[in-house]
Amino acid sequence: MSAHTVSKLRKGEKGVIKSFSDQAMSLKLLEMGCLPGCEVRLDAIAPFGDPICINVGGCYSLSLRLNEASVIELE
Amino acid sequence: MKQGNIKVALVGNPNAGKSTLFNSLTGLRQKTGNFPGVTVEKKSGTFRIAGIDAPVTLVDLPGTYSIYPKSKDEAVVMDILANPKHPDFPDVVIVVVDASNLQRNLLLFTEVSDLGLPCVMALNMLDVAQSMNLTVSAVQLAMQLNVPVASINARTGVGIDKLKEAVKQLLEVQKKPELRYFYEPKKEEIALIGEVKQIYNLQNDYVALQYVCQHDNFSFLEQPARTRLDKLIEKYGFDENHFLATETVARYEKIKPIVSKAVKSSGATEQPYWTRKLDSILLHRVWGYVIFALVLLLVFQAIFSWATFLSDIVDGGAAQGIEWVKSVLPEGVLNDLITDGILAGVAGIIVFIPQIAILFALVSILEESGYMARVMVIMDKLMRRFGLNGRSVVPLISGVACAVPAIMTTRSISSRYERLLTILVTPLMSCSARLPIYTILIALVVPSTQVLGFFSLQGLVLFGLYFLGLFGALASAWLLSLFIPRNEPSYFMLEMPSYKLPRWGHVGFMMYESVKSFVLEAGKVIMAISIVLWVLSSYGPGDRMKKAEQTTLTKMSNAPQEEVDAAVASARLENSYAGQFGHFIEPVIRPLGYDWKIGIALLASFAAREVFVGTMATIYSISGDSEDVPTVKQRLLQEKDPETGAPMFSAAVCASLLMFYVFAMMCMSTIAVVYRETHGWKWPLIQLAYLMVLAYGAAFVAYQLFS
Repeated sequence: MSAHTVSKLRKGEKGVIKSFSDQAMSLKLLEMGCLPGCEVRLDAIAPFGDPICINVGGCYSLSLRLNEASVIELE
Repeated sequence: MKQGNIKVALVGNPNAGKSTLFNSLTGLRQKTGNFPGVTVEKKSGTFRIAGIDAPVTLVDLPGTYSIYPKSKDEAVVMDILANPKHPDFPDVVIVVVDASNLQRNLLLFTEVSDLGLPCVMALNMLDVAQSMNLTVSAVQLAMQLNVPVASINARTGVGIDKLKEAVKQLLEVQKKPELRYFYEPKKEEIALIGEVKQIYNLQNDYVALQYVCQHDNFSFLEQPARTRLDKLIEKYGFDENHFLATETVARYEKIKPIVSKAVKSSGATEQPYWTRKLDSILLHRVWGYVIFALVLLLVFQAIFSWATFLSDIVDGGAAQGIEWVKSVLPEGVLNDLITDGILAGVAGIIVFIPQIAILFALVSILEESGYMARVMVIMDKLMRRFGLNGRSVVPLISGVACAVPAIMTTRSISSRYERLLTILVTPLMSCSARLPIYTILIALVVPSTQVLGFFSLQGLVLFGLYFLGLFGALASAWLLSLFIPRNEPSYFMLEMPSYKLPRWGHVGFMMYESVKSFVLEAGKVIMAISIVLWVLSSYGPGDRMKKAEQTTLTKMSNAPQEEVDAAVASARLENSYAGQFGHFIEPVIRPLGYDWKIGIALLASFAAREVFVGTMATIYSISGDSEDVPTVKQRLLQEKDPETGAPMFSAAVCASLLMFYVFAMMCMSTIAVVYRETHGWKWPLIQLAYLMVLAYGAAFVAYQLFS
């Protein structure tokens, strides 16, 4: 079974970041405050199902494309 | 203490309140320009600190999440901070930190601090943190980070004096305290750092590491220096990607305990209620688009109805002004040059100011409030299909007013590739200068009947033309994306700011800036071309114009004065250089159904599209108010094709002209701004060529279909 990722969350569902599967993307995500151990929640899905908006650690809302979200693996 | 020419730089995350603080500090003492050597917008200004005689220069550096750049704009930050010889190199850096998202904001702070620059932290958004049940202690932060911290509210101006005081104290420090690095280099990095420091005579470990990681972004390093650094990387087996990831993680390890000491939470952390509530509506699969459509409708209403009202006043005033100047100046060539050349050019520029001002005020309100970020989200998937990005929406909407400021707004698109595509297709959005042309041509051939009871057929055709422009823009983006290789992955990743009320001062300033850029950028070109056109249409080879005038005068000796004047103007124009040009290009435009007269109007509309109508009026020797649409329309209806005797402005010719103007890159100012934004002639020429082919093809097809 493939890893559980942010792109597989349902609306309102929460998860805790475990790791990233893409190195270049992981740096960007780290710099934007998505750290391993940080709780994320899927807040909104754009009308065509992509991009999505996640809440990061209760602090702020980040919008990303599904392929970007699939890099974030959850525990 | 250093006196005179003190420079302070503002650094911070996007949405941390950097620009607001910049405005609070400098007030109206600010200007925008470019950073030397790059087309990245630079905002600088001055402010006063009590006890320092000379005004202090403040530079607002582009917002960034870290000192490792993800876009051209962000690269400027390190290009300045790593180069003490740079004219903008700061004496003190103010790092603006968003207290409601402290952990992430401190990443950038620790990076800047490690560069060894004197830093002050401006702790902003404490009120937002409060509303999220967070209390942030500035004292704790100052102690933990060993840095002066000023609690501020950039919006209200609270704490600004303390911030200035902290800057002043840093300037007074005689001897730099020893730097405590937040990131301590690993064993395997120390030897490399040592060698780089020695070669480039550097004092700071972290700056040396930046030479290693970012030398390709450093404009102050020559090619041999870059090659040498590449060799060093090879020699020490330095893995940049691995280093970046471990460095960032190591920094967060340091930051975490600091944050937990400085931040006290009194309940669950949650975003402000209104932001969540509004997002559930504005990003909704149905309501999201309904509201966006309504917002667009409002924007169009503003540009085409409210702004037109103002434009008409400006236009009328300008026409009267020109008449007045014409009457007071002594008659002659100089009078003609000033009134018909220079002042006509000025009038052609100022008539667009209301539309541009209103559009950019609206765009700025949408951006300030946080709504624009949501529009980018709901449009991203659609835009991506065509090789663009959700961020391309702003330039495309702005293109409806004028392509020149619209192309400047593409700077916020971080991917160079997507930015280039957006620049290439933005001129296809029908700008406001095309409206008079559309209006008159539609009035000529489309009957003013109602469809389904309440839609005017003419209105529907006009709407169709705008839609065709949008369709053309998206289709061209898709086609171009097949030919231009994508050299970098596409990112979206966008922070959604919480909703805020717009700051009206800032909206006003944005409006002023876009009007200024239009007047200075587009205005220069329109002006120059107006004068050239005046020369081309006022002078002709040899004495042809004089002879034509004589012939007309003898032929029409019994006609009323007004008609004679109009006929003379028309005969003179036919024999001028512009008229010659019209005849010259006639074979090329004949397949589109145009004659030499339309050729002159096409040439004239290179300056600015709206010149088309006025030129048509002159060519067809229309007396009286030449801008009056019904008059021009009546005259054009009578015009006969000299070869066939059929009406010249047939449905086929009008359709062909409409297609031509929907697709053609007919405006020199746009070419000029694309040249500036893409650093060279390659892209503006490619753009000109593809749009010409498109316009010619569409006009040809339209003419053949309708005739």
